[in-house]
Amino acid sequence: MGLTNSSVGRGAIENFKLNNDGNSRVIALAGNPNVGKSTVFNALTGAKQHTGNWTGKTVSNASGEFQFGGRTYTLVDVPGTYSLSASSAEEEVARDFICFGGADAVAVVADASCLERNLNLVIQISQCVPNMLLCVNLMDEAEKKGIKIDLEELSLQLGVETVGICARDGSGLDELKNKLEKVSSGELTYHRRKIEYPEEIQTALDGIIKEVSKMSDKIPAQWIPWISVKLLEADKSISGPLRKFLGVDIFSLENVKQASEQADRYLKDNGFTSEKVRDLLVGAIVKRAEEIAGKCVSFTNDNYDSKDRKLDKLFTSKATGIPIMLLMLAVIFWITIVGANYPSQLLSALFGKVENLLSEMLSGTQAPPWVEGLFVKGMFRTLAWVTSVMLPPMAIFFPLFTILEDFGYLPRVAFNMDKFFRKAGAHGKQSLTMCLGIRQKFRFLRI
Amino acid sequence: MSGYKPLSQLRIGEKANVVSLGGGTEFVRRLLDLGLISGTSVEAVQRSPSGDPAAYYIRGAVIALRDDDASKILTAPDGVQGFCPLS
Repeated sequence: MGLTNSSVGRGAIENFKLNNDGNSRVIALAGNPNVGKSTVFNALTGAKQHTGNWTGKTVSNASGEFQFGGRTYTLVDVPGTYSLSASSAEEEVARDFICFGGADAVAVVADASCLERNLNLVIQISQCVPNMLLCVNLMDEAEKKGIKIDLEELSLQLGVETVGICARDGSGLDELKNKLEKVSSGELTYHRRKIEYPEEIQTALDGIIKEVSKMSDKIPAQWIPWISVKLLEADKSISGPLRKFLGVDIFSLENVKQASEQADRYLKDNGFTSEKVRDLLVGAIVKRAEEIAGKCVSFTNDNYDSKDRKLDKLFTSKATGIPIMLLMLAVIFWITIVGANYPSQLLSALFGKVENLLSEMLSGTQAPPWVEGLFVKGMFRTLAWVTSVMLPPMAIFFPLFTILEDFGYLPRVAFNMDKFFRKAGAHGKQSLTMCLGIRQKFRFLRI
Repeated sequence: MSGYKPLSQLRIGEKANVVSLGGGTEFVRRLLDLGLISGTSVEAVQRSPSGDPAAYYIRGAVIALRDDDASKILTAPDGVQGFCPLS
């Protein structure tokens, strides 16, 4: 893992300058965190990439390729984000690449089991990206919970091409590639429905849209409504990327500034504070998400999450939460330490044999003793020790931890431990990185 | 204003409606994006063994919020469509 300035900062986008030689396409893969984006990525590109839950495991420079219809598709795994209004460096990178990265298409992955929550980002992206494909993932999980999704209605409501998939077992992926080909060539662009705002907000917006439309030679038509909303919101964070992409700083143009100020004044006169405006602008999308989910998602089982909730009570209650956690960790450490013994000894013996062989070979030559000392007893033996001691426990511990992660147990650990860790100036998620560190300690103690 | 209280004071199993959000712009933006717009129904589901954070059911997802943050969310009792007292 590693969020460094260069992997997440503005420079990261430059790595994906498109090679538009006509026969290759760049696809951005976006979506909320934890929707199986990485699974989709792996399934399409065949890359061995770890599917993790924590930020820092998916950084903006993850990309892979696949072939389809005689073309090369470069898939860029964008950091998971809940919204295009970025509140962290990662989300900023995601937003910048989705909106300004110039990809041939954006594939947005959503979780069928909690579609309403995902629709916030989906709707936002649909408002500013013409070539978009919505991939509703984890359809199998939803089916188990009795959740039915009407994909056609969803597609109609959003005005976006939609496909249902289950990346884990590969179903729907052929259809995905097919639709992706059509979307990225511009063949399938639906008509996006406009977001409905309260009357006064719409009037204010219209004033700004009029001014921004005057720059239709520089600004793509489909961006005009979205940019106008950003201007009304006074969201300056897009002015930088916009300036780079369009060559013009919208926020500083005289006529646009005047229109924004006029809009602000109009709204204030009508009793709208700037906080209220912001709430209504974001709220409109949340409400639309609720509306669409209401039309397209049906729950045949009202208690579909009762099992999950019972488990959560078990894992996080005062009485059973911490004991279970300690027990789980103890079991994992025990399996690691005991299970690693035998392989460690085997490796040790094997390396010992190889070392003897090397020594014999060297004694047969005219090499001075220090050669054997440096290369065999020094470098090789050290390498052998480290490998036979470290490799088996790592090979056991990491898969075990990953199993916990796949079951979704680890966020419960962070939830339980947050208060204690904050007392030390850290936070709950770091209890997990600490586990990885403790494992190292146990290894050395045993020796 | 009876019954209006910060989200952090909800008892486990208690439902309420969001009235207003306090705090900095980015923080509020984050909460809005998670669906906590005014009128949204929330339910306090569980407290951490240490008492903080607590888990809340919001628009179909269980989300953990620290008391620091949850105390900035004003709610009205379930069934009362709260108006913002601070407009």
